[in-house]
Amino acid sequence: MANLQTTFAGIRSPNPFWLASAPPTDKAYNVSRAFEAGWGGVVWKTLGEDPPIVNVSGPRYGAFLTPDRRLLGFNNIELITDRPLATNLAEIRQIKRDWPDRAVLVSLMVPCDEGSWKRILPMIEDTGCDGVELNFGCPHGMSERGMGAAVGQVPEYVEMVTSWCKQASRLPVVVKLTPNITDIRQPAMAARRGGADAVSLINTISSIMGVDPDTLTMQPAVGRQGTHGGYCGPAVKPIALHMVAAIAGAPQAAGMPISGIGGISTWRDALDFIALGCTTVQVCTAAMFHGFRIVAEMIDGLSNYLEERGFASLDEVRGRALPSVVEWQHLDLNVVGKAVIDPVTCIGCGRCHVACEDTSHQAITSQRDGARHFEVDEAHCVGCNLCVAVCPVPECITMRTLAPGEIDARTGRAVPASAADWTTHRNNPARLARPARGD
Amino acid sequence: MDPAAGPDLRSGRLPAAQYALRFADATGPLSAAQALVAAERCLGCFDAPCVRACPTAIDVPAFIRRIAEGNVRGAARAILEPNPLGGTCARACPTEILCERACVLAPEPGGPVDIGRLQRFAVDAALARPGPPLFVRASATGRRIAVVGTGPAGLSCAHALARRGHDVVMHDARPKAGGLNEYGLAAYKVAGDHAAHELAWILSIGGVAVRAGSAIDLGRELDALARDHDAVFLATGLPAARRLGIPGEELPGVLDAVQFIAQLRQCEDLSRFPIGRRVVVIGGGMTAIDAAVQSHLLGAEEVRIVYRRSLDAMPASGAERDRALRHGVLLHQGLAPEAILGSDLRGAGGYATAVRFARQRFDDSGRVPTGEYETFAADLVLKAIGQVPAQAALAASGLRLADGGRIVVDEQMRTSRPGVWAGGDCRAGSDELTVSAVADGQRAARSIHAALAGARP
Repeated sequence: MANLQTTFAGIRSPNPFWLASAPPTDKAYNVSRAFEAGWGGVVWKTLGEDPPIVNVSGPRYGAFLTPDRRLLGFNNIELITDRPLATNLAEIRQIKRDWPDRAVLVSLMVPCDEGSWKRILPMIEDTGCDGVELNFGCPHGMSERGMGAAVGQVPEYVEMVTSWCKQASRLPVVVKLTPNITDIRQPAMAARRGGADAVSLINTISSIMGVDPDTLTMQPAVGRQGTHGGYCGPAVKPIALHMVAAIAGAPQAAGMPISGIGGISTWRDALDFIALGCTTVQVCTAAMFHGFRIVAEMIDGLSNYLEERGFASLDEVRGRALPSVVEWQHLDLNVVGKAVIDPVTCIGCGRCHVACEDTSHQAITSQRDGARHFEVDEAHCVGCNLCVAVCPVPECITMRTLAPGEIDARTGRAVPASAADWTTHRNNPARLARPARGD
Repeated sequence: MDPAAGPDLRSGRLPAAQYALRFADATGPLSAAQALVAAERCLGCFDAPCVRACPTAIDVPAFIRRIAEGNVRGAARAILEPNPLGGTCARACPTEILCERACVLAPEPGGPVDIGRLQRFAVDAALARPGPPLFVRASATGRRIAVVGTGPAGLSCAHALARRGHDVVMHDARPKAGGLNEYGLAAYKVAGDHAAHELAWILSIGGVAVRAGSAIDLGRELDALARDHDAVFLATGLPAARRLGIPGEELPGVLDAVQFIAQLRQCEDLSRFPIGRRVVVIGGGMTAIDAAVQSHLLGAEEVRIVYRRSLDAMPASGAERDRALRHGVLLHQGLAPEAILGSDLRGAGGYATAVRFARQRFDDSGRVPTGEYETFAADLVLKAIGQVPAQAALAASGLRLADGGRIVVDEQMRTSRPGVWAGGDCRAGSDELTVSAVADGQRAARSIHAALAGARP
């Protein structure tokens, strides 16, 4: 078993798999079960001031499922914990005592005034927990009351509240960011200016799941009305990865630990986040659908990956994919790819032809000598990869990259041996004399 | 066995409760959840091979996508527009040699898309749901067309003509309309009185009058029919069973399989339907399978299908042969019937007790008798070696005939006589599939409509 030991903002955990602040971490009962199953840490479901909020007793969740009922996306309108503060604090204290080797962080959300934060933080610290996570992300319900995403959407507030917390507590402060914002780097840098020890992202994305065609009411509805919820699950992972990479690659945020969240269901998903710069990952939806036991497969998968590739620890993987993330202007315009259809595994459905013919470059034929036959016409193929995506047979359509010197049948030009990007391209009105590549 | 005791031919071989269970729906409908998952497998092929494989050219990817999108009514419309008997075809079509064989997923591990059952799901759901009609009849043209025969070809043509605003009068010799759907298909393929429901839906378009029990003798009445109508469509099918031409064929206990199936389909109480303990079915087509399997379902202990050629050469599809095997039917190949033996030991009288077959071997010149014989005891012998047209009447009709006395038509289903069209099993070159008969009916309706539109009243 490879070493998955993780230290995040000074907080140690036996593996990088934490449960996110959410329904699964609302009570000692659930958290105990999670730790028994092997989770490395939890972020306790967000605490607020007494009296506790109330939750609806109608549908809190809505799911976007495939026809065979596998989950694509998930929507919730549950608010923060609806249990008294003292109950939660007592349980957190007991859990940390019972599970000293696991990370126990506490998510917090109180009104945006200094007094509120300074009152609650000592009580949190007194539980013996390892850190706090400031919930600046929840996009539903609490944001209407000036908390959650309402704070996370204003970098100045993020900085202000973070600095209050750093002054009022010795605990590591993690700032949880909302994706419901134009440039995720702005609140991340604000958190750093406020003294945050780390950021976690993404929280959920504001969402409405649909409309019931019989009643023409939005879904999910509580009675005859609904409200927008927060969207998560596999569908949001690409959005989360982009935001993680944006922060990890921003010089002003360099070195700040990141806990990645958003659609993580497997060790492969976790690897994506870690390779783009995350130290830990947080999971909620997958656990809600499959139970806590999935962490065993996540640990095993990530461990196997490290062992098979000869990595000694996650430190050797962390951020390794970041240099491959660049701005469009630095992409190599001399790379020429062409699709290749394997006639042996091709089942002849012609989806590639339809896709290319209707919506792309008319680069896949449908016939040869009057017979049904699908083949790439390199004179038209721009290497866009659409046919690879629509082909129902894995590996049947692949992309080949032309070797330097090879003639591109589409342009009639030989592929140059050297790279060249937009910064120096002759069509670029603002072109530079020499490439501006940083690497 | 003591010949004087008579054949072991009796009803009530099973506990009464067994009949309904045994003759229940053979395939069963897809649930809505199953249909969604099945629909999801369709790749929506370019120039879809399944559409080309369907004689009625149903746009299979379109109707399946509509199912996947929850638009069952639209799916049913996509099916019934080119094929108003889509419900029967979904049950009776040998999909494994038509659309599902053409499916690009057929050779793949998961097999072809379940096109037949998806089609049934859509049509059944749409027909069961009250709501605005799927098709609305065009304003009346005042033209009258006679359709002879109410089987799939006739109904298909009548529906298409009625939609275009023409009035249709349908004739059928049988007491009920529906032809093979009502009298010919195995009961377990059209459980729940499907044929009657479908007929009611087809007639609900309006403008179609059905005169069941009104036999038309084409030899004498075709002139009058043509004179009294703007067009005539003949869809008379193949009403007569082919004869074996061997000794003993007339003995009691020897029946045409189609007659056996028709009686079974019309029987209200199957526990009163007599069946032999040992049944020998002679033939190798769908009818042979239907007869043999239903004999087994009625409680026959020993059922054989005996075919003169090899099993591979059987006209019945592989799926149908499998169905027979699942029901314990013994399949014999290379045995040509020689004689049906009677209980009267002098050989000519009494009732059928056995069938003697001559063993065949196959070489380049074809079938050659080996000189060996096989005799199977039988309490009931069912002949299923094919159907033939009403030869005498057609011969007297003056229409040009070919292919064993069937009506010659052109690609528009026009016969040699102006104003008279024909289609379905009665036309020369038919492959005797229900779906092909439906296609003929549609083609004829288009041609008739075009002819009437061009002609001055």
